[in-house]
Parts: sequence; structure tokens; C-alpha cells
Amino acid sequence: MKFAVTVTLKKDVLDPQGKVVSQTLKNMGMNNLSQVRQGKFFEIDLKEKDSSKAHNQVKEMCEKLLVNQIIEDFKISKTE
Amino acid sequence: MKSSVIVFPGSNCDRDVAVALEKLQFKNSMIWHKENVLPKSDLIVVPGGFSYGDYLRSGAIAAKSNILNEVIKAGERGSLILGICNGFQILIECGLLKGALLRNSGLKFISKNIFIKIQSNKNKFFNKYKKNEILELNIAHNEGNFFTDKKHLNELEDNDLIPIKYCDKEGNINQKTNPNGSINNIAGIFNKNKNILGMMPHPERMADKTCSNEDGLPLFLSLMN
Repeated sequence: MKFAVTVTLKKDVLDPQGKVVSQTLKNMGMNNLSQVRQGKFFEIDLKEKDSSKAHNQVKEMCEKLLVNQIIEDFKISKTE
Repeated sequence: MKSSVIVFPGSNCDRDVAVALEKLQFKNSMIWHKENVLPKSDLIVVPGGFSYGDYLRSGAIAAKSNILNEVIKAGERGSLILGICNGFQILIECGLLKGALLRNSGLKFISKNIFIKIQSNKNKFFNKYKKNEILELNIAHNEGNFFTDKKHLNELEDNDLIPIKYCDKEGNINQKTNPNGSINNIAGIFNKNKNILGMMPHPERMADKTCSNEDGLPLFLSLMN
């Protein structure tokens, strides 16, 4: 069972990399751009058939290692 | 005084700390991260470097190593723990200290001498310095931009838990004298009981006249007091 995890900085946390990317895109002429936030993406493949069990396990992975919840939010979605 | 310096793959300031400690007659042991037993120590140092290549987030992987379980237990029992640079990042990732160290606001790795001002000397780490004393220390980091929520920030400010702040040579603390964007110019913080200190500047690099000033030496002397 495969899951996709997206980790992004919380709304109030300054994202200097996102800012630079956003500024560069604007310089390239994309004037209607309002904001870019940069994040991380994990593809997690689990040997588990029970989808709710698997989902909980991925959530535990996020909370214990993949995400620093003081500064980051995460979203989990099942891909396969 | 007995000390232990924890060593991870990618640590690179471990020997510098050991030299500073041994100069002051600490009986020091180097402890590999895979160990499950920590020798009885008055001081545990989590040194600077790039543990596990800074993968995932600086300090995140090291925070899950075997020996860190023992360091956490020792910290909760009241042992003195000093985390420098990557060590500070590791102490935050393992939960001994609160907050986060973000990428420097200027997006550049900064390696230079900076100035810090002693905000508080009523603790085990800075008692050999005077209050408001200005030190010149070295910083070398990419993620030193301390951030925390408002509640924790107030807790730090109100309880004397910010012993050092970035400043200039004259001691001015403001945005211009903030090298990495740290909230309130914070260069280091304590836990509630002040037995655990995390700091971005490197006192061990300023502990011998042959290669630097000696502004970092009183920190190690303080610990013996």
C-alpha cells in the first residue's frame, strides 16, 4: 500500500526558499503569482493490507520523525 | 569532573570540545552514538558538525540514536547537558529543548566571528562571565535561525532562559546585529531547570590562545564551579 506525504511549513513560519522561488518566477514574468511555499514530499510503501491500520502507521511516522510539528504541517494521501 | 562527548557519523567539533575540556582537567570520554550505556558524567556535550549529513532536518536522525535515549534520561535526572550548533539542533529534535532551528534568513551558510552579550550569569554555564559582557565567538551553520511560538518565547524571556543574544561589538542587540534571523536575536536557550543549554556559537573554538581568543574558556570553567 502506497502513501504520499506532503510536508509544508506552517502559515506563520517564514519560508525564505519559497520567497526566493516566488520572486524569481515573478522576475520571469509570472505577474499573477501571489505566493509560493516550498515543502517536502515522501512516498511511503507499506507491507500492510488494512488501510486504516496503514494510515495510522504513516501518521505515526510523521509525528515521530518526518515532521517537526512546531514548524510544519503534513497531509497524507493514499496513492495505491 | 567527568564529561562525555557524544560522537555521531558527521560530527566534526567533537575533538575540539574534548581538547578544551581536557585542558581544564575534565576526565573526558568519547561516546559513539551506537552505545547503549552512558558513563556517569557531570557534563554531557552534544557537539557540532553535520550528523547524518543533515538528512531530513538537521539533528533529526541523530535524535533517534541509541545513546540519545540515555542522554534524555540523564537530562531529565538533572545532568548538565551542553549542545553546540548541530548539538543544539539535536537537543531540539529529541525534545530536551523546545522550539525549532530554521534555515538562516539570508539562505547562506554563515561561517564567521560574531558577538554575543551575556544576558544572565546566574546559572551553571555562564557564572564566570559578567552580566552584559560581550564575547566574540565563531558561528558556522546553515540552520541557526531560532524560532518558537509566542507562549514559549514569553516563557523564555520571563524566566531568564535566554542567556545569550547576538549583538555587535558595542553590545547593540537589534535586527542589524542578528546574523541569521533568530527571533529576538537569540543565540542560545535553556530548558526550564537550566541544566540543559543549546547554543549556536562555538565556545570550544575560542578556548586556546594559539588559534583564537579565549572568550569561550570561561564557559567550561563555569561548569566546574
